[in-house]
Amino acid sequence: MSDLAWIDAALTGARPQALGALLRYFRNLDLAEEAFQEACLRALKSWPDNGPPRDPAAWLIFVGRNSGIDSIRRRARQQPLPDDAAISDLEDAEESLVERLDGAHYRDDILRLLFVCAHPELPSTQQIALALRIVSGLSVKQIARAFLVSEVAMEQRITRAKARVAAAGLAFSTPDAVERSARLSAVAAMIYLVFNEGYSTGGGRDDTPFCSEAIRLCRLLLRLFPGEPEIMGLTALLLLQHSRALARFDAEGTIVLLEDQDRSLWDREMIAEAFALLDKAVRHGEPGPYQIQAAIAALHARAARAADTDWRGIDLLYANLEHLQPSPVVTLNRAVAVAKTRGPEAALAMIAPLEKRLSGYFHFFGLRGGLLMQLGRRGEARADFDRAIALANSAAEAAHIRLHLDRLMQEAPGEPRAGRAEQRPEGNP
Amino acid sequence: MLYAVLCYNSEEVVTSWSKEEDDATMARLAIVEKKLAGAGRLGPVARLMPTTTATTLRKAGGEPVVLDGPFAETKEQFLGFYMIDCATLDEAIAAAKDLADANPGTGCYEIRPVMVYHPSSVTP
Repeated sequence: MSDLAWIDAALTGARPQALGALLRYFRNLDLAEEAFQEACLRALKSWPDNGPPRDPAAWLIFVGRNSGIDSIRRRARQQPLPDDAAISDLEDAEESLVERLDGAHYRDDILRLLFVCAHPELPSTQQIALALRIVSGLSVKQIARAFLVSEVAMEQRITRAKARVAAAGLAFSTPDAVERSARLSAVAAMIYLVFNEGYSTGGGRDDTPFCSEAIRLCRLLLRLFPGEPEIMGLTALLLLQHSRALARFDAEGTIVLLEDQDRSLWDREMIAEAFALLDKAVRHGEPGPYQIQAAIAALHARAARAADTDWRGIDLLYANLEHLQPSPVVTLNRAVAVAKTRGPEAALAMIAPLEKRLSGYFHFFGLRGGLLMQLGRRGEARADFDRAIALANSAAEAAHIRLHLDRLMQEAPGEPRAGRAEQRPEGNP
Repeated sequence: MLYAVLCYNSEEVVTSWSKEEDDATMARLAIVEKKLAGAGRLGPVARLMPTTTATTLRKAGGEPVVLDGPFAETKEQFLGFYMIDCATLDEAIAAAKDLADANPGTGCYEIRPVMVYHPSSVTP
């Protein structure tokens, strides 16, 4: 790794902590980002010659804070003085050196920064864009490319998101336990959104860094809150889903179903880490939706061959999930397991009541089409596949259903072959 | 004498490496390991999973308490170790230097002579 690559990694690693501290000082996201940017530029000039500092985050906070204060003073000469309340404290900057030693703010700073991006006022696409821009430090260009929108459109989306957050106001006082826990679950949900965006659009080619970025954020969150079983569960869930990244698409970019995947392509290191986290989570005896979804993914990961999958265990876990977090999508996923253990008719009966609520959902028609195909109800299967294609979120999804249709067309009438139920990654909404 | 070289680094930074950077670092470390192994001096080597997977058992009178996470909050985390047979401390420092060179950026290597060593019977 070159010096520059290392410095880049160090800046990325220090970013959440440094930016989080600067946000607390300046109470203004733009000002904090500007100050951090300036600190990074100085790091790029200074670190290659002077060697990297022992504590890059503290260095960046110190330099960023000074440069932010400088720029406020410069502006003050040209404009009327800003309201003092706009800045938390402008005393001797030396104080920050002392402060870095106690690091008491560290956790809440990063949580606040993450929470800015998970703000309930923000629609999910803006949450994802803001998190990747602010916390991960991806360029607008990178984010725009992944979302398949123009850079200008993405810039506007991020600007709008920041304006909304600013208008909603941010709490800068140290949160109490209840507030902290509320922020934690909002942030966890936001990280899952980031992951899912990458999961559904990125494919196995890893041309979008969303999935690995979401895992990095999740590990960061877990380092801050090491005793939270749901954050262990979420980290495990993301690792297990991402462990299959290379196996999920074939060379043409078509989705490969879980049961058809080459399991030797699954990333064993990620799976082992996820198992270790689940082991830790279970000890707490506080099951939650992320832990259960991770446990389901773990049962898939434990099966050496698709035929070895513990579908009964998966059915049970989904039953628990339905109980904790009732949703038609969870029932739909459970139906996949039910189809395996009790047959396609039982699964059809299970999802029949969901049609109204899932009438715009690709996977509903993909699954039902698959079940109907297994039962030899070709006409109905075809109609469902057609609807699934119309509702597909990506070219890969549509291509996958077309494969089903092709298979359907090739089969002689009255000779149903064992079709396959559409397998949705567990828990993915 | 057998030395343990305990590797500390910032986990935030190490987990920010791209897959390519991580692979390249492991490849450079493999060269150092190969050299030591060729001389019959390399003992067990371990890279540890992230500290988020760690559990700490703390015994302070009474029943030991099991806690999540690593024992101490520090800027640098214990990420892995090497056991290396060295005739002198200078040799051990030289081996640690090779490892440091193979690693990008900063980091810290604690060189500790080994007092008791039970060769492994485990093949993971």
